[in-house]
Amino acid sequence: MSLYGWMQALAVIAVVVALHVPLGDWMARALDGGGHGRAERVLYRFCGVDPDREQDWKHYLTAVLAFSAMSIAALFALLTCQQWLPWSLGHGGMSWRLALDTAVSFTTNTSWQNYAGEATTGHLVVMAGLGVQAFASAAVGLCVALALVRGLVRRGTDDLGNFWVDLVRTCFRVLLPIAVIGGLVLIGLGVEQNLTGAHTVQTVAGGTQTLIGGPVGSWEPVKLFSGDGGGFFNANSAHPFENPNALSNAIEIVLMLVVPVACVRMFGRMIGSLKQSWTLLAIVGILFGLLLVGASLAQGAHTGTVAQAVGGQTEGTEQRFGVSGSTLFGVSATGSADGAADASYDSFSSLGSGVLMAAMMLGEIAPGGVGSGLYGLLIAVLIAVFIGGLMVGRTPEYLRKRIGFGEMRQVVLYALVGPTAVLFFSALAVALPEGRSSMGNSGPHGLSELIYAYTSNVNSNGSAMAGFNGATNFHNLLMCAAMLVGRYLPMVFLLALSGRLARQRPGVVTAGTLRAQGINFIALATGAALILALLNFLPALSLGPIAEGLQ
Amino acid sequence: MNTLSRLPSWVAQHLVAARVVLALTLLLGLAYPLGMTAVAQVPGLRHAAQGSALGGPGKAADASSLIGQSFSDAKGDPLPQYFQPRPSDAGAAGYDPTSSGASNLGSESVVDHLSTGKNDPAVSSLLSTVCARSLAVGRLEHVSGARAFCTPDGVGAVLGVYRADGLTGTVQRAVSLNQACPEKPFLTTYQGVTVECAKPGEDYSGALVTPIRGDAPADPAVPADAVTASASGLDPDISPAYAHLQAARVARVRHLELATVLQLISTYTTGRTLGLLGEPVVDVVELNLALDRSYPLNGGASR
Repeated sequence: MSLYGWMQALAVIAVVVALHVPLGDWMARALDGGGHGRAERVLYRFCGVDPDREQDWKHYLTAVLAFSAMSIAALFALLTCQQWLPWSLGHGGMSWRLALDTAVSFTTNTSWQNYAGEATTGHLVVMAGLGVQAFASAAVGLCVALALVRGLVRRGTDDLGNFWVDLVRTCFRVLLPIAVIGGLVLIGLGVEQNLTGAHTVQTVAGGTQTLIGGPVGSWEPVKLFSGDGGGFFNANSAHPFENPNALSNAIEIVLMLVVPVACVRMFGRMIGSLKQSWTLLAIVGILFGLLLVGASLAQGAHTGTVAQAVGGQTEGTEQRFGVSGSTLFGVSATGSADGAADASYDSFSSLGSGVLMAAMMLGEIAPGGVGSGLYGLLIAVLIAVFIGGLMVGRTPEYLRKRIGFGEMRQVVLYALVGPTAVLFFSALAVALPEGRSSMGNSGPHGLSELIYAYTSNVNSNGSAMAGFNGATNFHNLLMCAAMLVGRYLPMVFLLALSGRLARQRPGVVTAGTLRAQGINFIALATGAALILALLNFLPALSLGPIAEGLQ
Repeated sequence: MNTLSRLPSWVAQHLVAARVVLALTLLLGLAYPLGMTAVAQVPGLRHAAQGSALGGPGKAADASSLIGQSFSDAKGDPLPQYFQPRPSDAGAAGYDPTSSGASNLGSESVVDHLSTGKNDPAVSSLLSTVCARSLAVGRLEHVSGARAFCTPDGVGAVLGVYRADGLTGTVQRAVSLNQACPEKPFLTTYQGVTVECAKPGEDYSGALVTPIRGDAPADPAVPADAVTASASGLDPDISPAYAHLQAARVARVRHLELATVLQLISTYTTGRTLGLLGEPVVDVVELNLALDRSYPLNGGASR
């Protein structure tokens, strides 16, 4: 990466760190406790919610699952019935398998797309279907994170908060204001926002061209800050109407990173220890830095045959972003569970795309998705606390809560879901001819595409090495399973853990307590997260990107 | 509320969920995007919100300054009076905004599929595509189109090598995989073995794919962005290096001074934003439009 590339990266990171402080403080104040607004009370009455009644972990979980089930049903209905609805732009309804895959994909905050946006979805589906779930799926992640943090903070209670209140507040007090501000800024920079649809224009050379108008400016910021990442257009954030220039590119990267990072600050405020949130932020920073340096070196080395012939890794990158801007975007999109793309990740260098895969394989904690990044990070911290506790020979505890057998069981179950599901679904797809035939490249690169696809689906990322053709009956259904397992099963263990923690009465801090802060602990937690991910995924990575890189 | 509390909890939760989905759909799914569309009609935002039309008098006023265009004739050959954009994989002919996208081919896409007949079209590898583009740009601009790993006739210089022990040992047979018979292979011999041309349809999967660098200079005359397609296929920009390479040709065809064309290029060159974001670019759509408006070609050289 050039000097300019590094300066650009540092500038973006500095802006994210600066913005996360006020945003995180606001989130802690707006989401936890306090009274209800008048409009919110009207909304609760309309929905039949008693906002002052809190839920135990089982009821909280039921509400999460009920909301997600209804979301999938509503989105499925919109997608399959598109041809009868207004603003369809003449596009038909999706087949049931594609509609199911898409409905699950957007409800689970994955937004893997087995279709090209400009040729498939009309404005109503994008606004009232995908757009709603972009907000809602991000909010669900944040709600579960809130429940976990309350579990750590509260003592001797079953109550973890009210899911419906958390959901409404997240959507309207936090996400909607960011969407409005981000949308206006991006429209000002050139992102289109209209309802025109396809229209034919004359080109400079005298030919014709069909431009696609649409409500991109209201979609774009939501797609980015929510961790959603689905493109209005097939080319996603590489499309000039989604991402018109280098400044919009930098702002889009900031939007992807800022809410997950602010969640860490919110955590610090809620537990009353900003030292803890800086500790977590240091872990995020180290992991993100390692990924960025790795990807940048791989992208700059030009080891591949085509890259050497070209003299750069420019295939599949936009001139206005350059290779540096595309690499920074790629690491941010995979590290943040967003999954947007301003370049073709399939045409990244083999090791460069391997780093993007590794960013997801870490379990989406650098900094991860909205809320999901925070709870993934807390699980990594609990594992580190447990390992550290065993090393010094004390009962492991975190924030004065004992991490005993029952708690560790939920932590370990949570930590096992991701790797097991990624490897199981990838292996299943590789083993069957219907799975293999979707590879767009041959050899190790094709395997990389397939592993990338299932890593992305299980980890709710949604980015793709887009040569892989997921639009088959086989992959539509297998990906549904991968996304559902990868998103909701960890939430079950997490809320169960949260319930256990909330019931505990806090212990007393003694000289023997492992303090979960300071350089030692940061090194321990970062190391544990890296080593666990490496142990799980090194064999798969060796057969895909590493094998190709060493060719 | 009362009816809800009499139902089993999980059923009640689903009824609440359905109402919440409905409420969010109305507020976030309709009110928010339609409100944004309304606000985007204010003077400062309207131009961008409507798609950044080129505007001005005459042709192409409705086309967008952000979306790249093709400057080729009906056969796909470049129109020499225009600056050429980057190669595009959007749609069959390129620059089709209804079909944005990239090649999605990796750096080791180096072996072509050779056609065996009408029903079996040839599929070019990324390497051969790059080599062919480099050769074509070189010819158009009267510079060398030579590139590393490319044959003089513009395909990927790739041998399929059979060795005595599979991956190692003496070479027993070498095939130029991207050159269909009866083409003459780019190398006569490889480590003492005569190089064969490739027979379409023959299975060479047992051979070791060996790209040959050749003696092309490390710094080719044709810039990187001229031989690689963008991610969207709608990139309106090229690098300043590629614009300068094309300046002499455009000046010649339009009977202009080179200095005039170079001046116009610098007008449509944008440096790094804030001095550090992105890369310097030349907007080809606006540059070509400015050429046509300031120095129109008489006699309808465009199609």
